[in-house]
Amino acid sequence: MFFLKANFRHAEFRQGFKEMGSVAPGIAAWGLMTGVAMVKSGMGTLDALFMAVTVFAGSSQLAATPLLMAGAPMWVILATAFCVNLRFVVFSAQLRPYVMHLPLWQRLVTGYFTADITYVMFVKRYPLPAQDAAGRAAQMAYMAGSGCLNWVSWIIPSVLGVVLANGVPPQWGLGFAGILALLGMTCALASSRLRWVAAAAAAVAGVATYGLPFKLNILVGIAAAVVLCMALEKRVLPAAAPGEGS
Amino acid sequence: MDALWQGHTGLWTLLTIAAMACITVISRSFFFISSKPWVLPQWVQRGLQYAPIAALAAVITPEIVMSHGTLTGTLQDARLYAAAAGVAYYFWRRGAGQAVLGTIVVGMAVYLPLHVGLGW
Repeated sequence: MFFLKANFRHAEFRQGFKEMGSVAPGIAAWGLMTGVAMVKSGMGTLDALFMAVTVFAGSSQLAATPLLMAGAPMWVILATAFCVNLRFVVFSAQLRPYVMHLPLWQRLVTGYFTADITYVMFVKRYPLPAQDAAGRAAQMAYMAGSGCLNWVSWIIPSVLGVVLANGVPPQWGLGFAGILALLGMTCALASSRLRWVAAAAAAVAGVATYGLPFKLNILVGIAAAVVLCMALEKRVLPAAAPGEGS
Repeated sequence: MDALWQGHTGLWTLLTIAAMACITVISRSFFFISSKPWVLPQWVQRGLQYAPIAALAAVITPEIVMSHGTLTGTLQDARLYAAAAGVAYYFWRRGAGQAVLGTIVVGMAVYLPLHVGLGW
């Protein structure tokens, strides 16, 4: 969390901030278009502003907006938001050993700020949890730095998008910059042959099961890639160490 | 202010949005909540190293090759060329720093003229 002195004074905070800097323009364009989309689907300005600054999860915002407009019951909207966010539940299982030394409120705040790109950058830099206090402090500072810039570069354009919704033509497709940012990160992660296989398997499964509700195709993609790569690992490189490459 | 401000707000809507923010917290810190000692089985931990790249690939591929829920099946699509140019730039400049930023900039430089100019 970037408001803790121990984090933002740490050198790893600047490192995380700097690395997030190269994807920030993509996040910003995406945030802008999410703000625009909320208003274009009929949301009131105040509602859209409130959603932009609190929910902090683009896909769940876009999934919930039409339901909200249609007057769906609250539990339906919340269940939808949770299902769309299921991939974060998987990420949290992986991140658990990195954060369990923190008190509960700090774990919850850390979780809140851990969006897709923050998670990906973090496990890329730190494939394994730290074993001592200094290492843990460095990891948390890195996460705080990247999370801080990610939050700022999402929230400010989202608010602008809501306010200026009628001045930004959605048909320009500026939001595609967000996809390009994630594409660049995908390339950065493709450091071994099995990771290429993982990407290909997830891409095919994600497209093939796109019709599933709640963006469950993302979970199917992750599951397909993990299962396939685990099977291949056993056959191809039985002695590979965990956390190889980064 | 008409152009900048629209709609009316209900307490119920604001309450629902606040609850959605709680859903963000709960889903992203799902396995952080209980502090009971518990470790992920070794094989799951091993498998999850493929989760980041798999999640990204599953998120972005449909956004590049599909529209309205089906494969686009045409080569007149700006996204294909933008993605190809972005990937090419990344592997050309990787290690030079800011390669991801270049992927975004080069990709958009290809995307915008094709998409806005030619309507692809």
